[in-house]
Amino acid sequence: MRAKSSLASMGVDRMERQPLIRAEDVSFQYKGDLGEKVIPALNQIRLDIYPGEYVAIIGRNGSGKSTLSKHFNGILQPSRGDVWVDGWNTKEKSRLQEIRKKVGMVFQNPDNQIIATTVEDDVAFGLENIQVPPEEMDERIDAALRLAGLSSMRRRAPYHLSEGQKQRLAIAGVIAMRPACLVLDEATSRLDTYGRRELLRVIRRLNEGGMAIVTVTHHMSEAAEADRVIVLDEGSIVLQGPPREVFQKQAFLQERQLDVPAASRIAGMVHERCPSFRPDLIDSDEVAGEVRRLIGEGEK
Amino acid sequence: MAAEPIIDVQHLEHTYMKGTPFVHQALTGVSITVYSGECVAIIGHTGSGKSTLVQHFNGLILPQKGKVIVDGADLSDKKTDMKGLRQKVGLVFQDPESQIFESLVGDEIAYGPFKMGWPIKDVRDAVKGAMEMAGLPFDAMKDRPTAALSGGQKRKVALAGVLALKPKILVLDEPTAGLDPRSGMELLGRLKTLNEQEHLTIVFISHHLEEVAYLADRIYVLDHGKNIGEGSPATLFSNKKMLEKYRIGTPETVDILYRLQDAGFSVNVAHYGIAEVASQICSILEHGPRRDRYDTV
Repeated sequence: MRAKSSLASMGVDRMERQPLIRAEDVSFQYKGDLGEKVIPALNQIRLDIYPGEYVAIIGRNGSGKSTLSKHFNGILQPSRGDVWVDGWNTKEKSRLQEIRKKVGMVFQNPDNQIIATTVEDDVAFGLENIQVPPEEMDERIDAALRLAGLSSMRRRAPYHLSEGQKQRLAIAGVIAMRPACLVLDEATSRLDTYGRRELLRVIRRLNEGGMAIVTVTHHMSEAAEADRVIVLDEGSIVLQGPPREVFQKQAFLQERQLDVPAASRIAGMVHERCPSFRPDLIDSDEVAGEVRRLIGEGEK
Repeated sequence: MAAEPIIDVQHLEHTYMKGTPFVHQALTGVSITVYSGECVAIIGHTGSGKSTLVQHFNGLILPQKGKVIVDGADLSDKKTDMKGLRQKVGLVFQDPESQIFESLVGDEIAYGPFKMGWPIKDVRDAVKGAMEMAGLPFDAMKDRPTAALSGGQKRKVALAGVLALKPKILVLDEPTAGLDPRSGMELLGRLKTLNEQEHLTIVFISHHLEEVAYLADRIYVLDHGKNIGEGSPATLFSNKKMLEKYRIGTPETVDILYRLQDAGFSVNVAHYGIAEVASQICSILEHGPRRDRYDTV
């Protein structure tokens, strides 16, 4: 079983802390194209995200995941209710720049976020925008590229990067601003297996360094890495908890177009035939570990 | 499997931005054959040339060097009927947004058939049929504004737009990227039906090895613009060295089997279905360890 020093697992501690992001009865409606039909996207969402937490948001297409994540740094403002970031209301236009420094976002397509002709200039661009003094700039760029695993690519043209490296460059550009929270909206969906694995490693590293992570994903095995999984359906939160608990509810998730990681399904099936096998496993490492544990005990 | 090749690619090369400092050779010599009625997956990490290759299938890119023959038509031949070819080969890109420009769903899907000059009733039937195949209820969805669709719905609209032209060959670039798990599974199920019952030939690019395992009869592996491997999903996923060497990764279920193998248990990696893995684990638990090292004692 992997040991995680997560805030979510320390419920008491969490209660005492101020949330980094608080969504208070947030409803949101997109205006229909013809004006007469209003399509509700979010329905009275109440949600707190704490400093250093790793949260995954899952839900079927159209459930409101992206819409919700765009509220976390004021790209969208609620139609009703409020979103507070570190105590600031995202409706306060004069605070938006501060809010966006606190909560950075990375989207599905990194090409929309990359503008400069070299990797380091791209990271520098954002820093110039927020008037970081030149003497501090180099250090920040260094740190961001190191965390994103791109140190050796500093003088390369973004054009020559792979899709996965570009996505990590988009992340470097955001983390150079030293946000308290990084929001990823399906950031791995265009990556190959290798690119995804590298990106997840970067995200874990950032989280271990204390950055809160909110990731919107369709990959259940990615959601399994988080401290807390939030399930959205028709604009409402219908389930949340640690992945080990959420992925026990296979039927509930399947009714909502979702699934559980293959490892969880296998663990459930094995448990039915061999009750001593734990059913609440969430990745392949745990499944193999459980087999070793049971066989090891048998040999004693 | 019919033995008739419907796509035949021989020694294909392609260089982007020739004669500029940005010159990049995307294909360095690809030879692949797809037989009529087959479902073939093309895998390989980003930049291996997959998208460049499939854009040759309907003439979006013409061969610079080498040969591409699609349903008997040689794409190097200037007399080849490109309009006919594009109806015959439906291409669904990775970014559905880039294919959608009409403001209503029904109009979007009807665009191709209209351009083909089909009678209005045929267009309506084609749109209705295509929407059903793509999983979009005709009455509920035809008058929806495309701007209000979710990513998954847009994917279905793009697919329906291509199916409305009744292609013989369907080419998809990452068909389930961005879809929720069930919509992804539904789409794969639909593609499987189209392949098995409508005998549509399917070629798809995928990074998602679970879907490759589910859908493909055969896989081609591309690396640096060359095909470096070919075989059934079971053969390829049993080839651990190749998976590692070309950074292909492993499906989660195969990964469990490899971990058990590394721990010394004897498992069959070619049996990587979810139920198969569960039953292999059960038999290890029920019949004792049967580790390889015991077998050799």
